This record gives sequence, C-alpha cells and structure tokens, in this order.
Amino acid sequence: MKTLTDKRYTLIEHTADLAYVAYGKDVEELFENAAYALFDVYTDLSRVKESIERPICIQIETDRTKTDIDYEQLLVRWLNELLYLNEVEDLLFKRFKVKGFSTGELRASAYGEKFSSGRHVILTPLKAVTYHRIEVVKGPNRWHARVIVDL
Amino acid sequence: MVNEFTPKIVQVDEYRFKVPREGNMRVDGIIYANDKIIRDIKDDQSLQQVANVATLPGIVKASLAMPDIHEGYGFPIGGVAAFDETGVISPGGVGYDINCGVRVIRSNLRREEVSGLMRELVNTLFDNIPTGVGSHRKDLKLSIHELESLLKSGARWAVSKGYGWQKDIDHIEEGGCIKGADPAEVSQRALERGRAQVGTLGSGNHFVEVDLISEVYDEELAGGLGLEQGGIAIQVHTGSRGLGYQVCDDFIGVMIAAARKYGIELADRQLCCAPLDSEEGRRYFAAMACAANFAFANRQMITHWVRESFSSVLGKSPEKLGLDLIYDVCHNIAKFEDHMVNGRQKRLCIHRKGATRALPPGHPQTPEAYKTIGQPVLIPGDMGRNSYVLVGTEAAGAETFASSCHGAGRLMSRSRASKTVGGKNIVKAMQDLGVIVKASGWRTLAEEIPEAYKDVTEVVDVVHNAGIARKVVQLKPLGVIKG
Repeated sequence: MKTLTDKRYTLIEHTADLAYVAYGKDVEELFENAAYALFDVYTDLSRVKESIERPICIQIETDRTKTDIDYEQLLVRWLNELLYLNEVEDLLFKRFKVKGFSTGELRASAYGEKFSSGRHVILTPLKAVTYHRIEVVKGPNRWHARVIVDL
Repeated sequence: MVNEFTPKIVQVDEYRFKVPREGNMRVDGIIYANDKIIRDIKDDQSLQQVANVATLPGIVKASLAMPDIHEGYGFPIGGVAAFDETGVISPGGVGYDINCGVRVIRSNLRREEVSGLMRELVNTLFDNIPTGVGSHRKDLKLSIHELESLLKSGARWAVSKGYGWQKDIDHIEEGGCIKGADPAEVSQRALERGRAQVGTLGSGNHFVEVDLISEVYDEELAGGLGLEQGGIAIQVHTGSRGLGYQVCDDFIGVMIAAARKYGIELADRQLCCAPLDSEEGRRYFAAMACAANFAFANRQMITHWVRESFSSVLGKSPEKLGLDLIYDVCHNIAKFEDHMVNGRQKRLCIHRKGATRALPPGHPQTPEAYKTIGQPVLIPGDMGRNSYVLVGTEAAGAETFASSCHGAGRLMSRSRASKTVGGKNIVKAMQDLGVIVKASGWRTLAEEIPEAYKDVTEVVDVVHNAGIARKVVQLKPLGVIKG
C-alpha cells in the first residue's frame, strides 16, 4: 500500500485539458515524477522496457541580473523535450534521472525503448505542456509542481 | 499579477456583456454570450483572461470573447484581440495548434444515394487518411527542401503537387497561404516533427465527417453556397500538428525573454509577447505563418483523399460528384487585416484564439464567389450532434473585426467522459444514433462522446441573435473518422 508521501503524482479534474500535480522529496525527484506522470497518462508503462538511455540537456535564456533558477521554465522545457523525443524518435520513457541543475540548465537521462505497435498502446495523445498556471513550490516536507498539458 | 481585481460584468443587451476597463486594462472587455454562458464561465479563469488581454500594449477597441469562451492559456479560448502598429504579437493568442481550422466540401449527392454505403465510405476514408498517433501515408516522405516550399506556399503547394483543384485556392482563407512565411525561422526540431506528419489528421478532437444537410435556415444563402436540404457535405477538422506545437513552444521561450527586454509587464507568463515592430515579433510571425501554411496544406491533401475515397466508393469522378470546396477557415491564428476603427481604415494584427473570421458581404477581402452573401463561417459540433454553416455580417465587420465563434468547447473532462462511458460500446451506441464511427483509439472515442461537449447550437444561436453571423444550414453527422 502506497502512502501519500510515496505518491508520484495526482491528476486534477480539468475540463478541457490534462492537469496534474507531481511530488518529490527534492527538486530532482520532482522533475523525475513530473516526467513519469506524463508517460503514465500517455501509455501503459507496464509494457515498456528500459533498454535505451537517452541523455538530455535543457538550456534556457536567463535574466542575467538574477541568480535564482527558473524551475518553472525548466520544467516546461524538460517535459516538452520528452514529448519531442517521443514524437520524432518514437521513444517511450518510463524512468528518469535528473543529474543536476544550474541557473539556466538541466542535465538528465531518460530510460525506455522505441514504440512498437504490437506491444505498446497509446492511451491519451498529448500535444504540448503549457506555461498556464505552472507552479513549482518547495513545501515544508516535499516539493510539488502543477502542470497543465494541452491535449 | 498585474490585475489583482476581480473583473466586473455589466450587461449591455441580451447578448453583449462588458468587462469595464479598470486597473491596468487599456480597453474594455466585451463578451458575446447569454445569461447562462456568463454564469458558466464565472467558475473558471476566462473572465480574468479577457481582462488580462486588455492590458497588452497597443490593443485596439476591446478585448473580445465569443460565446464559446472558456479558460485557455493566457488568452481565453474564444478570444479576439487586435493590435495596432504600437502593439504586440503573442504566441499565446494563437495557441499550440496553429491554424487549427475546418473546411466544408459540398456534393451533388442526396442522402438516399449514400445511406447504404456509409460503412464502406467510412472505412475507405479511414484507410486513405492517416489518423491517430504515429500514422502517416507510406507514399509520402518529403525532403526538407520540399517541406520548405510547402511552408512558404501552403495549400498552393499541395495543389501544385496534384492534391486538389486550382479553384480550391479561391475558397480558402488568405488563399491558403499566409504571406511572410519564412522557413528559416522554423527550428530544425519543428521541421522534423512536420516532415513525418504532412497529410495526417492527428488525434483528439480532429476528424473527417460525412454530414447530412439537415436544416436550411435561409434558402437563398444556402443556394449561394451550393447546399440544399437532404444533401451531403463533408467536414475536415485538423491543424498544423507537431510542427505547430513546436513553433509555439520555441517562441514562448523567445517571447518570455523578449517581454522582459522590452519592459512589457505580463499578467500571466503565457501572455508573453513582443512588439510587432521588433525582431522577435517579426520572427514569430514568419514562423507562425509557416505553421499556418502547413495546416492549409494538410487540409488540402486530406480533401484530395476525401475526393478519391468518395470517387472509389460511388464509382464516379469527384467532378461528377460535385465535391467542391465551399470554404476553409482558421480557428487559431494571428494575421494582418484592414478594419475600420473610429471611421478610419487601419492595418491591425488580429489574434483569433478559437474564433473564426466572418467577413461581411461586399468587403474587399470577402472571396469573389461570396461577395453578395458574405464569407462562410464553419462551426463544427461534436460527433453526435449538429454542426453549422453561417455567413459573416455587417455587424461583425463593425463590431468584432469581422470575427465570430468557432465551436462548442468541452463540458466534461476527458477522464470523466471515459468514466461515464464505462464498458459501453460507443461504436454501437453511435450507430443507434445513426452515426457510423471509426477511430484508431478506443480511448479517443470515449473521450469524444457527444455528452462531453456543450451543445454548439446554443453558441451559434448567440452569434446569430447578436447579429455577428447569420445561420445558413445545419449539418448532422452520418459517418465520422477520428484519430
């Protein structure tokens, strides 16, 4: 039985699109779980193997006067990168490892395999992750992020 | 947040509601709706979004919303906003599916002639038109060079390659090609996404539908469009696919930085924008126009396969079957258009996010074939109920930068729709309603059940009664293919 703190994400009722809140004990795990949520909605992950590792690096233009990390923009870019790889390279991912952040950068790896039409299923097709009401928050015990996906 | 107030609503008349200018708003908001629609949207963020759009630099006259208004990203869905030369252009005012739009094709066919063939027609359409995730025509793989000419010329490219007829071009908004498209502004990633998806329907709410003309509201206007009661028409609804999503996403990154650079205060990050007269603004327009042209080409190619499918099932040529394109409209777009503002003609950048251009009779840009009746306005409904064809009016020309509504909008979330369906066989249930449906994914069908949508009739009645478009005919689905 999973306890609340084990939970990776929760779907939120949203009329037009897909909305969820992802959780993590630190910001690295938060990004991993937000990515997991996306593919868990998209496909049946129990049928996906981890035979490929795909290194990913996200870079964003930052405001030079600020040193804070823009986690919101990095999160949207990270998730959209995964959707891009899914579409162009036919990859399905089931596990993610965030290696590190800096002001304008995220380095990570995604693990999965190529889509195979006999074995894999598409449950809900996804268009793009939006900036609408995007939120990355550090709470007292864990981090959480709200994500809205255009379907 | 720039706007920290709760927007007020003042009823102007039965179908017009004003959000009076306050705080940082530069103009009023005007919503075309009825009491029920206004009550429905009070629970979401769409009113706040109408007010937020009104804060953007260079906005002219009002931040407008159509009766299909609901919460979007930055801009509300159903939103229309026009900017003068001091204003901005915003990817959020266009959306991810750039030039998602719809076209309607007429025919000489009567219901009796197709009723026994509907299953065969639906199966043939489904075989000829790639639908759903990852599906594409095996006979189609464009080189990057070909793709670039497609992005520059839109539907014109498709016609030059044998997809459709020369005369189709005069029956597409902007002649099927938005000028100023520059493929050099489209990222490599967007090009890669586009290359595999040329001539594909996609998934979700995109469809090809065979319809019965079930009701005629104005014989003369219907005659002018070549439609009559009991006849058959076809709708095609799709957009720019992954290429459009990627262009939008690429430029939201650019525009967040640009808004900072030009000191534009944003009420919402998704409203990020750049001055029309800036490098970033010009680059976005050039890339967005490419995506819009991709969508025009996409619908044009699908039209060609619709004609081939009908021709093979009915054993007659598409010309004999009278499969003429009535019109093709954009639902998500930013475009330069000339409109009258305070008695003077002005060049404006019009953003329509879930709205349709609705030019009145006699307007210089109204297509030649429709000069006396007004531009056709095409409003798709859900897969079980009605769609509508309307025409633009003088009032739209005067009040809304010649704009009208675009569709129904969802009532149920997708997960709730799936739960409602449970173990029910939707294909069978739709068949009992007289609609033959074929889709590549079971989940899509469950999520797209008619009950999950608002009835588009209410939306269409508001624009008709408010006078910003005029109802011509109602369409009822007989056969549908979906992704």
